[in-house]
Amino acid sequence: MRLRGLCLTVWLALSLPGGTALAIDSEAAFADPAMQARYENLNRELRCLFCQNQSIADSNATLAQDLRREVRDMMAEGRDDADIRAFMTARYGDFVLYDPPLAPRTWLLWAAPGLLVMIGILAVVLVIRRRARNLGDETDGLQGEGEP
Amino acid sequence: MMHKALFVLPGVGFILLAVFLVRGLFLDPSRIPSPLIGAPAPQFNLPDLGDPSREVTNLSWTGSPYLVNVWGTWCAGCREEHEVLLDIARNHELPILGINWKDQRELALRWLAELGNPYSAVGADLEGRVAIDWGVYGAPETFLVGADGRVLWKHIGPLTVEAWRDEFLPRLQGQGG
Repeated sequence: MRLRGLCLTVWLALSLPGGTALAIDSEAAFADPAMQARYENLNRELRCLFCQNQSIADSNATLAQDLRREVRDMMAEGRDDADIRAFMTARYGDFVLYDPPLAPRTWLLWAAPGLLVMIGILAVVLVIRRRARNLGDETDGLQGEGEP
Repeated sequence: MMHKALFVLPGVGFILLAVFLVRGLFLDPSRIPSPLIGAPAPQFNLPDLGDPSREVTNLSWTGSPYLVNVWGTWCAGCREEHEVLLDIARNHELPILGINWKDQRELALRWLAELGNPYSAVGADLEGRVAIDWGVYGAPETFLVGADGRVLWKHIGPLTVEAWRDEFLPRLQGQGG
């Protein structure tokens, strides 16, 4: 029961930030709910460089307001998400994206979690093997001792 | 053999991590490298700060190096660097193009009247669109544009005598400016 409660708490904690992030603008930028959702998603992907640990959806710094206006205007012009991201990275670099692009210079960054897991698995396998061998040696030894 | 490797590995890992972390101590995360360096300077047309009926543009400036300085009266660092800008204007004969970022005209004009005007021209970027084109995220920021119209350098934060000497002057060599 306690475990289930813990799981629920963790699940809630993980799901809350995404689920309840409200648009910071005083009113919706688009009447169309689909466009509004796209707008809010884009804002959450873009870092406010002035207030670095916030996205432009979370921040009400002047720069974040201005960048939201740029996103809104470009969407109204009918430009797609990739276009808008390109606009931002051309001016502010990859750092403006919370998801860095997959490029030769970011391969290590993207591969690092997998590499670390693999190193961990390798270590575990080595330790288990060693122990199994040691255990085997010991039992062999015991059997050896038991024999006359 | 295997045993030795297993004992050395955590040590090697620790040293690697330590090297990265120590390096991290000396990096300033608020200074983000600009993708603009090496790229053609973004062009702009802004209303002149003193006379909004006139236009300030950097289009006509290509051909010799110049500085673009983003400032506002609301920005403390701008007051800090003002003396350095005045010095550059007086001594180095490199024209400075000012972008007055999201400011009030009266305040900006009073600032220039009181502290002195180092700018060859100042454009008023009331909406902040030109600042976004230049990848500006906090004032003051100062760009060095080369004779070929490309951005050579961007300095984030108040300009200092040391920054001018170490970052800007070496890049100006061979620019014929």
